[in-house]
Amino acid sequence: MTNIEKYNEAFISSFGINEDALCGLEYQGIAQWDSVGHMQLIAALEEAFDIMFDTDDIIDLNSYERGKEILKKYEVEI
Amino acid sequence: MSEILERLCKISPYELKKEEKDEIYKRALSELTKHHYETCPEYKKILDAIGYDVNIEQASEEQPMIPVRLFKEYELLSVERKDVVKTMTSSGTSGQKVSKIFLDKENTKNQTKVLAEIISSYIGKQRLPLLILDTRLVLHDRNMFSARGAGIIGFSTFGRDTAYALDENMNIDIKSIQEFVEKHKGEQILMFGYTYMIWQYVVCALREVGVRIGMENATLFHIGGWKKLRDQAVDTLTYNTSIREALGNVKVYNYYGMAEQLGSVFVECEYGHMHCSNYSDVIIRRTGDFSVAGFNEHGLIELVSLLPTSYPGHVLLTEDEGEILGQDDCPCGRKGKYFKIYGRIKGAEIRGCSDTYEQH
Repeated sequence: MTNIEKYNEAFISSFGINEDALCGLEYQGIAQWDSVGHMQLIAALEEAFDIMFDTDDIIDLNSYERGKEILKKYEVEI
Repeated sequence: MSEILERLCKISPYELKKEEKDEIYKRALSELTKHHYETCPEYKKILDAIGYDVNIEQASEEQPMIPVRLFKEYELLSVERKDVVKTMTSSGTSGQKVSKIFLDKENTKNQTKVLAEIISSYIGKQRLPLLILDTRLVLHDRNMFSARGAGIIGFSTFGRDTAYALDENMNIDIKSIQEFVEKHKGEQILMFGYTYMIWQYVVCALREVGVRIGMENATLFHIGGWKKLRDQAVDTLTYNTSIREALGNVKVYNYYGMAEQLGSVFVECEYGHMHCSNYSDVIIRRTGDFSVAGFNEHGLIELVSLLPTSYPGHVLLTEDEGEILGQDDCPCGRKGKYFKIYGRIKGAEIRGCSDTYEQH
């Protein structure tokens, strides 16, 4: 799987949504991406890329697009 | 995030001394009061009724306080309903009305950020393996998201590889705990739970079966009411000692906060003193006339927080009794007021997160 595929899959499996819902998706934008869903997403991303986010980045990761930016800090290019 | 909060997030959370804090709070709270006055109609009515002028800056003690009970009687919002992303409900036993706290994105984010600043000043920025001393079941029904579930999920931000100590029937899962401890040997372990439930379902449960968990280096944060424990004559010292007997080498931090002011919590230091951080303050009111009590004087606890923007909860009169022990001079080195809590005043409802858990 490419990085973008892994990245998308983390969102899709955490929230049970389709790929076409990803663009523009924001924290609290859908019912599934609440605080519980957020921690599921974080766990899925950490497992997919074998990284560990800093607490600040967990709080900052508030949209599908922002997540790509944050992953760059962990040397993951989407 | 407001300019003041952003500035505060750049310094350590226990750095502000009296003079500086008074000045910041006078400005910040006056701004918040004005904001809520302009955006929350019910709040405006209250302030108009007491003839409060929001255009004059006032010190913390002069800010209008709202009894926490009001959040049970009314739905108080300072944002449009469509912008509410989370409605927090306070713990309450059946038959009691619950508080409803309406949060928008900005308010939620600030709460998380500030809680992170406070907790990481104790455990560092590194995320630690986390053992929740509760059942994962409390997270299931998201529509009725209680303060108990919110506390757990809020704390999960500081952890990784999260495990739960209790199974779905609230029975202690010794095997899972032991596996977790074994897996993270040599690491610092973080634990979170509710005061009374830890006592009942972890400490007493382990004692009953005669099992001791040998953690080498762990830190526990716990929150919730002490009423049931006091009824069993369990004080802080007994509690902490029993935790260590049951679980091993554990640093125990009790903290205090309400659903009405999540984020800006108060943590008990190594000397047994509850501390205000830069983000919060405490005022003690005399029960007779609500005048400001001096240090070492018993009274009602008024809680002040810089965080509430989507609901008018920045200055709250609680139903808890306490006293202020000092300011800026605790031997632990943290600045700000430090205080002691004595629990609910007589006649108030039971509503601590851990006190309201009912066995079925």
